[in-house]
Amino acid sequence: MAMMRYAEALNAALREEMQADPSVFLFGEDIGRYGGVFKVTKGLMEEFGQTRVRDTPISEQALAAMAVTAAMTGTRPVLEIMYADFVPLTLDALVNQASIYNYIWNGQVKMPFVLRTQGGGGAGAGAQHSKALDSMLAHIPGIKVVAPSTPADAKGMLKAAIRDDQPVVFLEHKLLYNTRGEVPEGDVTVPLGKAATVRAGSDISVFATSKMVIEALKAADLLAADGVSAEIIDLRSLRPLDVSAIIASISKTHHAVAVNEGWRFCGYAAELSATIMDHAFDELDAPVARVTLPDMPIPYSEPLETAMLPSAEKIRAAALKTLK
Amino acid sequence: MKNTPSVEQQLEIYHRMLLVRHLEESLGALHKEGRTRGPIHRCDGQEAVGVAATAVLEAGDKVATTHRGHAVYIGKGMAMRPVVAEILGRATGACGGRAGHMLIADAEKGVIGGNAIVGAGIPAAAGMALSMQILGTGNVAMCVFGDGAAQTGICHEAMNMAGLWKLPVVFVLEHNQFGLTVPSDVQSPVENLSIRAAGYAMPAEIVDGNDAVAVYRAVSAMVERARRGEGPGMVECKTYRIEGFSTSDMGGYQKPEDIANWKARDPLQISRTALLGEVGEAQLARIEAAAKAEVAEAFDTALSDPMPEFSIDEACNPYSEAH
Ligand SMILES: Cc1ncc(C[n+]2csc(CCOP(=O)(O)OP(=O)(O)O)c2C)c(N)n1
Ligand SMILES: [Mg+2]
Repeated sequence: MAMMRYAEALNAALREEMQADPSVFLFGEDIGRYGGVFKVTKGLMEEFGQTRVRDTPISEQALAAMAVTAAMTGTRPVLEIMYADFVPLTLDALVNQASIYNYIWNGQVKMPFVLRTQGGGGAGAGAQHSKALDSMLAHIPGIKVVAPSTPADAKGMLKAAIRDDQPVVFLEHKLLYNTRGEVPEGDVTVPLGKAATVRAGSDISVFATSKMVIEALKAADLLAADGVSAEIIDLRSLRPLDVSAIIASISKTHHAVAVNEGWRFCGYAAELSATIMDHAFDELDAPVARVTLPDMPIPYSEPLETAMLPSAEKIRAAALKTLK
Repeated sequence: MKNTPSVEQQLEIYHRMLLVRHLEESLGALHKEGRTRGPIHRCDGQEAVGVAATAVLEAGDKVATTHRGHAVYIGKGMAMRPVVAEILGRATGACGGRAGHMLIADAEKGVIGGNAIVGAGIPAAAGMALSMQILGTGNVAMCVFGDGAAQTGICHEAMNMAGLWKLPVVFVLEHNQFGLTVPSDVQSPVENLSIRAAGYAMPAEIVDGNDAVAVYRAVSAMVERARRGEGPGMVECKTYRIEGFSTSDMGGYQKPEDIANWKARDPLQISRTALLGEVGEAQLARIEAAAKAEVAEAFDTALSDPMPEFSIDEACNPYSEAH
C-alpha cells in the first residue's frame, strides 16, 4: 500500500496503462506540457512524448468525435474534458456515435474510449464550472459511467476503464483531487459495476457516488450521535448499477436515502429510487428519500452555493425524516 | 486620420484603462491575502483591447465577452462598484452575487455578458446581430473573444452565418498568445487567425492590441460598415497575457523575456505618451489620481457590503406560478 492523493492515483493508473499498452494515448486541453489543470497528467508528456500525450486546441466537439473513431480503429484514447460542464459539447459523439455502433454494426467494432472529466461544486467556480452532469451521461445506453470516491478506486477503476472495450465516462470531482488514501501497489484493477459498502449499518442505507460518499460518511457520524446506524454504500459505478448490492442493503435496513450532486428532476437519485421500487418495494418501510441539488443554476457567491449543495447535514435530515 | 478618436475620447479610454488596471491589481492583492473566491482571470496588460473596442459602441449596441471580461464591462460603461461587488460575491453586485466575475451582465448597458464557455460568446453576438437585423434597430453587436476560442467549432459556424447573412456584428479577437497554458502555435497552424475572415467574406485588420488608438480606429471602421448593413468584420488585436491564466495558474510556461518585452509595451504607457503632448502632465495626473481613488472606494464599499442570502427566487423560476 502507498499513501497517495486522488490525482496521483489517477496519474499512476495512466502511466501504468501507457507503459503496458502502446495503443493507449491521451489528449485534451493543457494536459501535456502543463500536466493538466488538476495535475492528473503531470510528467506523462515528458515520459511518453508528444505523440501519445497531446495538448489540443479548445475543440471538445471534434475531440470527442475523433476519440470515437480512433477507438474503433485500434487505439485506446483517453480524452480529458477539463470540466463536466463542457461535456455537453461532446454529447453528439456520445449519444449519436460512441453509444450506437457496437449494436448497430452487429458487434463488428469495439469502442475502448475513456472520457475523463471532473464536475461538482463547492469551489466558487460559478454556473458554468460547477455542475455534476452524471445523470445526463448515465441516461445514454451503451456508455458506462463511473465515479470513484477514493484514491484506490480512482486508480483501479481507471485502469479497468482503459482496458474496457466499451466507452466509459470517468467522472472525477474537483474537491477530491487532493484527498488522500491508501492505494494498493502494482497492477490492481477494480471492476466497473460493483458497489462497495464503506460503512456497515442497520437502520438506513445511504447510496452515493464521488464526493457525496464523503458527505454520506460524515452524515453517518452525525446520525450515530442521533442513535441511528447508517449503512453507506459507495456505488462507484452509476451504470452499470450494482442492483444486487442495493437490494442486499435495503433488505437489512428497510430505509434508503439516494444522494446525488446533480439536479433532482430526472436525476440520478430519481433513478435510484425507481430501481429500488422495481426490485425491493416489499422491503421498504418508508419512501426513498432523495438529497440532490435544487433544480436551478449554481450561483457563484459562497452563501448561495453552499446553501444549494447536498451536504452531510442535509443527508442526516433526510435520513431522520425517513425514519420518523 | 479617419476614425481616430478625439482627444476627449482618448482621455476617457485612458481613464477606463486605468480603472481596469487598478481593478486587476487590487484583485491580485486580495487574492494573495486569501480574500477572493474561485479563479479570477485578470486582463491587465490587455486593457486597450476591451476598453478601446467598446469605446466605439453606442448605448444601444451590445457586447458579449469572455471569462476575462473586466475591460469590456468597464469599457461598455458599467460602474466600478457593482462590478467589484459582483466579483466579491456581494448582494450589491451587478447580478446579486449569482454570476461571479466570469458571467457578469448589465442588460441596460448592453453587456450580455461575460461567458465562461470558451467560444460561446461568438454565436452569442451573432444572435444579437440577427435580432438587430430582423428588428432593423441600426445597432451593432460585438464579440470580444480569445485566440483559444477561435479554435472552437462554434466559431466557424457562427462566423459563416454572420458572413452569409451580412449580420451587423464585429468580431474582436484578443490574441494574447495563449489559451490557458497552451501557446497559440500549439493550437493553430496559422499565426494570424484573422486570415480566416476571408472564408466568411468579411474584412479583417490586424492591429497592435496594446495601442488603444489603433484598436479604436480599426474597430470603428468595422462598426461603421456593420451599421451600414455591409456585414460583419474582424479585428485581430495582438497582445500578451502578462499575468497567469487565472489566480490559480501555477505558471512555468511563459518565457520571462516575453513577459518583460510586453510589459515594456504597456498599453497604459502607450496611451499616456500619446496624450502627454496633447493635454499635459497635470491633467493626466488628475485622471490617474481620480481612477485610483474610484477603484479604492469601490473596494472599500464592496468589502463591507452584505453577502446575499439564499432563497428560491420565484421571479426567476420558470416553473413557478408567476410564469
Ligand atoms: C468549452 C470550454 N473548454 C475549455 C474551457 C477551459 N478554458 C477556460 S479559458 C481557456 C482558454 C481560453 O483561451 P482564449 O480564448 O485565448 O482566452 P484567454 O484566456 O487567453 O483570454 C480554457 C481552455 C472552457 N472554459 N470552455
Ligand atoms: Mg488567449
